Amino acid sequence: MAIFLNKDSKVIVQGMTGATGMKHTKLMLADGTNIVGGVNPRKAGTSVDIDGNEIPVFGTVAEAMEKTGANVSVLFVPPAFAKAAVVEAIDAEIPLAVVITEGIAVHDSAAFWAYAKSKGNKTRIIGPNCPGLITPGQSNAGIIPGDITKPGRIGLVSKSGTLTYQMMYELRDIGFSSAVGIGGDPVIGTTHIDALAAFEADPDTDLIVMIGEIGGDAEERAADFIAKNVTKPVVGYVAGFTAPEGKTMGHAGAIVSGSSGTAAAKKEALEAAGVKVGKTPTETAKLAREILAG
Amino acid sequence: MDLFEYQARDLFAKHGVPVLAGEVIDTPEAAREATERLGGKSVVKAQVKVGGRGKAGGVKLAATPDEAVARATDILGMDIKGHTVHKVMIAETAPEIVEEYYVSYLLDRTNRTFLAMASVQGGVEIEVVAEENPEALAKVPVDANEGVSIEKAREIVAQAKFPAEVAEQVAEILVTLWDTFIKEDALLVEVNPLAKVASGKVIALDGKVSLDENAEFRQPDHAALEDKESANPLEAAAKAKNLNYVKLDGEVGIIGNGAGLVMSTLDVVAYAGENHGGVKPANFLDIGGGASAAVMANGLEIILGDPDVKSVFVNVFGGITACDEVANGIVQALQLLADKGEEVTKPLVVRLDGNNAELGRQILSDANHPLVQRVDTMDGAADKAAELAAAK
Repeated sequence: MAIFLNKDSKVIVQGMTGATGMKHTKLMLADGTNIVGGVNPRKAGTSVDIDGNEIPVFGTVAEAMEKTGANVSVLFVPPAFAKAAVVEAIDAEIPLAVVITEGIAVHDSAAFWAYAKSKGNKTRIIGPNCPGLITPGQSNAGIIPGDITKPGRIGLVSKSGTLTYQMMYELRDIGFSSAVGIGGDPVIGTTHIDALAAFEADPDTDLIVMIGEIGGDAEERAADFIAKNVTKPVVGYVAGFTAPEGKTMGHAGAIVSGSSGTAAAKKEALEAAGVKVGKTPTETAKLAREILAG
Repeated sequence: MDLFEYQARDLFAKHGVPVLAGEVIDTPEAAREATERLGGKSVVKAQVKVGGRGKAGGVKLAATPDEAVARATDILGMDIKGHTVHKVMIAETAPEIVEEYYVSYLLDRTNRTFLAMASVQGGVEIEVVAEENPEALAKVPVDANEGVSIEKAREIVAQAKFPAEVAEQVAEILVTLWDTFIKEDALLVEVNPLAKVASGKVIALDGKVSLDENAEFRQPDHAALEDKESANPLEAAAKAKNLNYVKLDGEVGIIGNGAGLVMSTLDVVAYAGENHGGVKPANFLDIGGGASAAVMANGLEIILGDPDVKSVFVNVFGGITACDEVANGIVQALQLLADKGEEVTKPLVVRLDGNNAELGRQILSDANHPLVQRVDTMDGAADKAAELAAAK
């Protein structure tokens, strides 16, 4: 099982022929991802040889889907063109679009989210500004290193890329059903709640690790969701306790404004929902271990 | 990026939001001519990015050009809640104000949409209105792709219960303010107060604008709006080198890869500091994925140049980036700094984990730099860095 992505996923890459796209297409292939094509209107009809894999390039997402049955798109399109690329993926009704691109203007992400909504949310968007998601041993859609850990029974959802890697590494001997990086931008497609709901429903996930950071109220809302809907154990971590007010900490969305968005408030909300929250990533991993050990 | 009032005023004017005349100056003498151009009297307004400047004495009326010079002399250089006043706006004196309203557009993160907010109770902090009298603040979602037409603006006006005699004027202002919001890639545009004056006209008297730095690729004019004068010199130097750096007030310099991991590193160092005389992180610095030796050197140079820094903690998790490359980067960075004649005297604690960690650790061990210590867990390394900072 796993969530959103599995061995049967057929993946296309928008922006495959760029430097970043090529590098990560290669890595995704090495992790066993079934990459069936790339999209670039200027190189339509050609193909690219990646480590002996002949990957066809299509002019549009719709064409790639029609010819290959693709159901996942990973986007490495530069920020200035990202909105158009996501809108194209939405128009083609591809079930999953994973937007890796960092630095997309908020007006663009707000616009493609509003567009997806107006089209009935037929396309699940993950990101932008995220590392994507991995189902170890099956498929990797994004830039999460495939060799940190093995398949297992922990589900992970995180705003941060490197903290995703850190946590997968801490718990590498236990392994993960799926790990989803949802991104640290102010407007994102898939939320903590979406991933929590999917992990709750996934028979291959026994425990969920949720990583949050300062800014917005997504963690507070996730806590509310957990209290009402999640029966599996959830372990949490929140980064940014020492972040000062009004300063953006790397991610466009990671900012404390006034009393809202603080790490302390998020931790409190999660604990009130019965989530065990670690003080550091290592302590969080330890909490997960203790729960799994019974 | 938050703008000064005068910059917000200029953007409002550019998009047709009615504002009063005004210009920004940075010497008292310039207040004279500016006031003469306004007909001999003016309001001298401190330009600081913090609220409450009126109460702090940062807004004064000047009845003559001489008085404007005197008031500008008082206000320039003044400290308002930790912000030094480098510029003042010489503004047209407002006609008699009859009523004060509030209007804004912003991003509603929770609902992933834009939001219009409007109230007939303006002139005070809107947070206070929202808290004490929430029904007086209308919140109307705005679809990013539909925007604010005159019909939508009338809907906002009706929900906020603006008086009939100003309704159409406010609706028109809401359309021009939406233009400002969209065309400038703003995260916030706020007019407070939006004032009705004795003549019945409605004017934006003060405002806040915050711009999206991710949109700079299509907003070439925005770079000029940056406040270089008030920027922390270390932050400015880091920005010039494209480093993602924020100065904090502690003693342990931090370098890491990935925003989340660096934020987490700050926390772990602060916890460790509790056992070491209360030392705290001195900065946030994310060198990003796949950082080269040159980027590492740039980062180290900034951190080591901060006189507050007593020790440095380099915390890297090798994801796509291999730790051996990071280790080489650190060694080369120290060499680069030595070649530049910069003496490094502050101890570095390095924690490498993840991809090729063993190789990376070996490289650091082989280099055997007297100031570099390896600690292989994040919590342990934070503790060591805090201990070293406290010992200095």
